[in-house]
Amino acid sequence: MSDPAANIPQAPQAGTPVATNLPAPTPAAGLPSEALSPSNGAKEGNISDAEREELRRHGILMTSFEELYNWGRTNSIWPLQFGLACCAIEMIAAATARFDIARFGAEIFRPSPRQADLMIVSGTVTKKMAPQVVRLWNQMPEPKYCIAMGACAISGGPFKQGYNVLKGIDRFIPVDIYIPGCPPRPEALLNGLIELQKKMKGEKLTGPNAARFTRADMPSEFPIPAYGAHDLEPPKNDSVWTPPKPEAKA
Amino acid sequence: METLEQIRDRLVARFPSAQVTLVTNPGAAAEHSLLLDAAHAHDLALFLRDDPALMLDYCSNVTGVDWPDKEITDVTKTTVPDPAGGPPKIVESKTTRLQPGCLEVVYHLYSMALKHGPVTIRMRTTNRSDAVALPSLTPVWRSCDFQEREVYDLYGIIFERHPDLRRILMWDEFKDYPMRKDYVEPDDYEWEPTAHGAVLERAKAHQPTAAVTPSKEGGAP
Repeated sequence: MSDPAANIPQAPQAGTPVATNLPAPTPAAGLPSEALSPSNGAKEGNISDAEREELRRHGILMTSFEELYNWGRTNSIWPLQFGLACCAIEMIAAATARFDIARFGAEIFRPSPRQADLMIVSGTVTKKMAPQVVRLWNQMPEPKYCIAMGACAISGGPFKQGYNVLKGIDRFIPVDIYIPGCPPRPEALLNGLIELQKKMKGEKLTGPNAARFTRADMPSEFPIPAYGAHDLEPPKNDSVWTPPKPEAKA
Repeated sequence: METLEQIRDRLVARFPSAQVTLVTNPGAAAEHSLLLDAAHAHDLALFLRDDPALMLDYCSNVTGVDWPDKEITDVTKTTVPDPAGGPPKIVESKTTRLQPGCLEVVYHLYSMALKHGPVTIRMRTTNRSDAVALPSLTPVWRSCDFQEREVYDLYGIIFERHPDLRRILMWDEFKDYPMRKDYVEPDDYEWEPTAHGAVLERAKAHQPTAAVTPSKEGGAP
């Protein structure tokens, strides 16, 4: 055996980018010299995606805090473990070995809203259940997201003309992803989850287009409707949902 | 199993003061039933359950029926002889009368012991507004508990001697009885993407008038 100290990886020096399992990068290894020069891209305070991809191919990972933050939470979404109707059966199936929602990092269904960051409204929201759904949403910490799964959660679905079913959970809380279907297949739920991940990856933490959860002026909690003598009071939250303008027919 | 007529005759023989009426069903199913007198319904039900020849020990279903007030037009034809000696004329005179409505509760009984059934029994309230109480049959058949609560919730029939008469589907603060014919549902038809028929009529009130003019192609009615 030679010197065991030779196997201990050297800690990267301060100022060098975080490198993955590669010797110290040498600029002469075929890289364009502009890629590493600090002057390039300094105007935006960033390097271009092409340059970063070029670095990544050589084992150098350069990233921003925003990207790292979004990457982390995107791949570890903890859904709230609750189901309302038959869509919940499909949601359960999506968690089984056949469909395996764990491939997308969302397998940890939390029984407490305090530990969850995704609410999958899976099924019919009756007017009797709607205040509890809104209350669960209010109890979830930011950043939080909502998937309306199935026709009922989107619009009331086949029960739309009934007196006792809420005509869409988006009348009370903001919905990020709508998954149509009655019920949607587990693949559709996974697709909705991927779409949500795309949305989360594109979110900005600062600036004028910053994500909703970073802004103090955007509400995180919403009024819980009360049980009235004939309907919920109020029957919808006007600051969250307004009916779409019907298209004028030609 | 005995026929309903035989059951009725035995009930009347056993309880001479009770009124038991046979309600026939003119449809193809011919599911006739017994209309029980509400004052004696508890005793009659106990008899149906405990009689050794019937042993109707299982109540599978309880449901309600709303019979609104109904205006009935009676047409009476009278023959008036012609004084001139011609053929007599037939004069029709119409009279309308109001058949008062009521609420009805229907029980479907089976016998697990003797493997027969169903025997359908009914009870009717006096009217639809203030005299809507009926005796609960939950003390006779335990399975009536939730279903009588549901009938109370949706039709507003008050079951006396029910152990726990609360609303079961709607919330406690709810005031209406949704399965009654004159129930007016809340108007939340602000947006209907594919409205048609009665829903279109209700959605029109929420939409600008220009948007609901029927298209030339005749898509919307």
